[in-house]
Amino acid sequence: MNYLYFPGCSLKGTGRAYEDSILSVFKGLQLPLEELDDWNCCGATSYMAISEMKAFALSARNLALAEKQAHSRENFGLVTPCAACYLVLVKTQKYLQEFPDIGDKIKTALKSANLEYGGKVRVRHPLDVLANDFGTEKLASFVKKPLKGLKVACYYGCQIVRPYAEFDDQHNPTTMNRIMHALGARTIDWALKTRCCGGSLTGTIQEVGMRLSYILLREASRLGADVVATACPLCQFNLECYQKQMSREFEDAISIPVVYFSQLVGFAMGLPAKELGMQRLFVPFKFNPAAESVKGGIHVHS
Amino acid sequence: MSDINKSDNGNFEPRIVAFFCNWCTYTAADLAGTARMTYAPNARVVRVMCSGRLDPQFILMALREGADGVLIGGCHPGDCHYQEGNYKTLRRFTLLKRLLLDMGIEDKRVRMEWIAASEGDRVQRVMNEMTEQLKKLGPLHLEPVSIDTIHKKVEESVAQAEGVKI
Amino acid sequence: MSTPENKTNGTPRIGVYVCHCGINIAAKVNVAECVEFARSLPYVTVAREYKFICSDPGQELIQQDIRDGKIDRVVVASCSPLMHEATFRKATLAGGQNPFFFQMANIREHVSWVTFDKEMATLKAKALIAGAVMRVARHKPLEKTRVPVNPDVLIVGGGIAGIHAALTIADSGKKVYLVEKEPTIGGHMAKFDKTFPTLDCAACILTPKMSAVRSHPNIILWSYSEVSQVDGYVGNFKVKVRRKPRYVDEELCVGCYECIEKCIFKKAKFEDEFNIGLSQRKPIYIPFPQATPLVALIDPETCTEFRTGKCKKTCVDACERKAIDFQQKEEIKEIDVGAIILATGFKIFDATRIPRYGYGKYPNVFTSLEIERLVNASGPTGGEVRLKDGGKPNSVGIIHCVGSRDINTNRYCSRLCCMASLKLAHLIKERTGAEVYNFYIDIRAAGKGYEEFYDKLLKEGVHFIRGRVAEVSDWTMTADEEGKLVIRAEDTLIGVVRRIPVDMVVLAVGLEPSADADNIRRMFNISCSYEGWFLERHPKLAPVSTFTDGISLAGACQGPKDIPDSVAQAGAAAAEALALIDKGFVELEPNTAFVQDEFCSGCCTCVALCPYSAISFSADNNRASVNGALCKGCGTCVAACPSGALQQNLFTDEQIFEEIRGVMNYV
Repeated sequence: MNYLYFPGCSLKGTGRAYEDSILSVFKGLQLPLEELDDWNCCGATSYMAISEMKAFALSARNLALAEKQAHSRENFGLVTPCAACYLVLVKTQKYLQEFPDIGDKIKTALKSANLEYGGKVRVRHPLDVLANDFGTEKLASFVKKPLKGLKVACYYGCQIVRPYAEFDDQHNPTTMNRIMHALGARTIDWALKTRCCGGSLTGTIQEVGMRLSYILLREASRLGADVVATACPLCQFNLECYQKQMSREFEDAISIPVVYFSQLVGFAMGLPAKELGMQRLFVPFKFNPAAESVKGGIHVHS
Repeated sequence: MSDINKSDNGNFEPRIVAFFCNWCTYTAADLAGTARMTYAPNARVVRVMCSGRLDPQFILMALREGADGVLIGGCHPGDCHYQEGNYKTLRRFTLLKRLLLDMGIEDKRVRMEWIAASEGDRVQRVMNEMTEQLKKLGPLHLEPVSIDTIHKKVEESVAQAEGVKI
Repeated sequence: MSTPENKTNGTPRIGVYVCHCGINIAAKVNVAECVEFARSLPYVTVAREYKFICSDPGQELIQQDIRDGKIDRVVVASCSPLMHEATFRKATLAGGQNPFFFQMANIREHVSWVTFDKEMATLKAKALIAGAVMRVARHKPLEKTRVPVNPDVLIVGGGIAGIHAALTIADSGKKVYLVEKEPTIGGHMAKFDKTFPTLDCAACILTPKMSAVRSHPNIILWSYSEVSQVDGYVGNFKVKVRRKPRYVDEELCVGCYECIEKCIFKKAKFEDEFNIGLSQRKPIYIPFPQATPLVALIDPETCTEFRTGKCKKTCVDACERKAIDFQQKEEIKEIDVGAIILATGFKIFDATRIPRYGYGKYPNVFTSLEIERLVNASGPTGGEVRLKDGGKPNSVGIIHCVGSRDINTNRYCSRLCCMASLKLAHLIKERTGAEVYNFYIDIRAAGKGYEEFYDKLLKEGVHFIRGRVAEVSDWTMTADEEGKLVIRAEDTLIGVVRRIPVDMVVLAVGLEPSADADNIRRMFNISCSYEGWFLERHPKLAPVSTFTDGISLAGACQGPKDIPDSVAQAGAAAAEALALIDKGFVELEPNTAFVQDEFCSGCCTCVALCPYSAISFSADNNRASVNGALCKGCGTCVAACPSGALQQNLFTDEQIFEEIRGVMNYV
């Protein structure tokens, strides 16, 4: 499998830590990752809500560029860590196939930019790549500092598995849990792993958005999680940045680190904290295996 | 038959002969009626007990008599009221399609569909789709061919084939 | 266009009758224009229109024209032949003509009801009329053959519907084979404690019927058996029934439980199917105390003797009557019956398909069927409503429409869950005193006494929240939710989203076609609706018959039904079977194939094609011949005959060719 890499805007901005950790982890696992040349906005954000066709056109340009850059490589994936980018690219792919009238319009749009798209790109989420291509057993063999005793709340958010369940169950995804187990960590069993984080409402109608984030953090804390692991830059931002405000608003002291799952992977692989963007976290993640006593049993891949 | 229907202007209304089996597709067409599902009026249904009764001659005859397309409707595989008549139809149909191509008739003009007794909506969809498709294909023109023309074509083919190693 | 010439009856004189069907046809098809058109067709001597030709005066028109010698063949352009072909054949006969000098043009279901444009509708109607006229000109007189009807009846499925049908038929003196796939009859009803809306005890009304089946001299009950093959046709079905081995001799066993007590497994440890896994049974067991027949059976999957061959076989020693037989083999019974009633029931919706309701994830989420067992006095808890840890629930939420009225699962309403939920709400409140919340979309209480029952519950203080439940989960917002299951639903009557913490959740699961419905329908050659329910011949006028003559439907195999409806339909199915048997004979459609000897080359192509082995080849005269009694009239052989020697009555090549010419050449 060959991988191209579509970062999207978040991973170059607020989600720098996500990009840092993804690139370091892939490098550490000797999985070559080649950034897509001349990529543009994925089409998520407000495009999709206002003009679907524009969103598809933007998205299709990225797919067409990926196909071109992949040349004749038969088996390649476009690795897309941001959940919003991932969803839009997958959606575009499906719509181009299923609705010929949309397909025709997009074809014309691409043509005006001297591009064409043959439908060959496979859009992949790094969770999918690590768990299913690379394999959790192989991943476990790269672990230098097992996360023994760490209780992780795996939070998938909405976009990775809904509406398209490309690689996991829509209501009860387990890929991230499997990865965490491979790192030696424990995961909490909670009902909110795909519940809304508040999305962009946190920026617009804060009392609604923030409350949704608070529900997640409160439940993770209640069940004894040490850290929340995310796979989406917006989820990470919403859950991490407003904790002080939440504590005031809901009169409930909330303080729990919220990291990218890839940061935990890199951490367990023993990669330097700086290469994983750990210094960018607002609520610092601390883990000292020696100080932790391992309680209870949970299966750990070795 | 007058050729008014056959003019190539935009108002071409194709004529379809539909052979429906009594148990599944004919019943489904009845159901479409009971449910008032409006669809293109271009097909005229001939009922047979089983699609297995369809002699390829019937299809050829329908085309010769002026049909622009022929639709065959039978039970889903495994559901035939007579156990396996529809499989027999499928085999004949596959051969017939080849024959039609050899005769210069687009094979899309003859369509076979499995439609169960409960699938009234499918009758509607297939009727509409087929009518649209035939509108795109245009009228079927079957030119009478004289024996001289055939001889000439054979000679042409022989001439073309000369020098080709087999 | 060649002019067809009638070979049997002089030049045909055809009467065409175009029906208005009230406005059903006349609103779209210009009937007068069709009549005018019909007059222009070859051989047509009379063409008329009438409001309702199927009415007595309408039929009289046809008969009079025949009697007057104006016509000798009839075309009626009206509805589907599946609706009224028989009616008009009879009218033709009553007029004094062979009933097969008749052809129908379907200008209602195939034209007026499905066409938008009036002109196009009229055009299409004309084409179909022309087809029918050209075809009927080639019809030949035919005779229906009469075949005697075997007076025995097969009933498949021993739930309340099958039981009721069996008793009705057996009481009239006819012999019934009742085949049930489970080890006992009783079906779903045997699992219930009370029945709505009267709250009479299900066992009290069902078990007498079950034992009546067992002791009835006219009923042969084969439990733990399945139909494996069906051949033949109405009046003369040949059926094979596979009797699965129980490893206990049914004749010898008296159901004393001694073998079960002495089984080497001191404790019951295997999932009890009858209690849906809420309790355990031993490898040798009797499903429940009122099982019929009351005969033990051994489950080879869990029995040590079957698994290892090294069991002490204490059960064998315990049985004084020596009923246990580890060597028992599967048995195939072959029976001949005249009529068949299918009463194969339903299965409940698999609640794990809606993961957000937490079934299978949270122990205290139950299906309504499980609660039926819990409230049942002879159930696993002796009628106590208990949580999985044995505690008593203080609050219970009942979620309606689980798997029903939902585009993601089944769109149909399962009809009985509202009332079953109300019944369970009442029983749970009565047994535990818990607060009970019903989450519903609409309360559908349309039966006799049903609305009154709903009213009674409102007064009893059962809570009703109108709104589809979003999720059942264990995440909490407040301290009083701690340790509870939280039901989140929009209360559409007050317009807010509510979170209701409860100890127990009951999912009122919908009904689905039974798992083997597809196999059954193929075996019996009947159709299914889109959802998989057995398809009735007509939704209103023949809701009990199927498209296969001699096979009728009873109970929920045809669609969700409660007990009164199932019993009513079972009675109707029994009446259909009895009517057929009492008549004593059936007339077979004479659409069989036949060989024209002078054309047969003896190639035998047809012989292998016939699924019914109705064609035989005689080496003596080098000809094939068709056995009319075996031929079912599909015509597959006719289409395959290379020399055109095979023909099918009512569907000869000539008739079909003429119909094609007819529909194409006149408009």
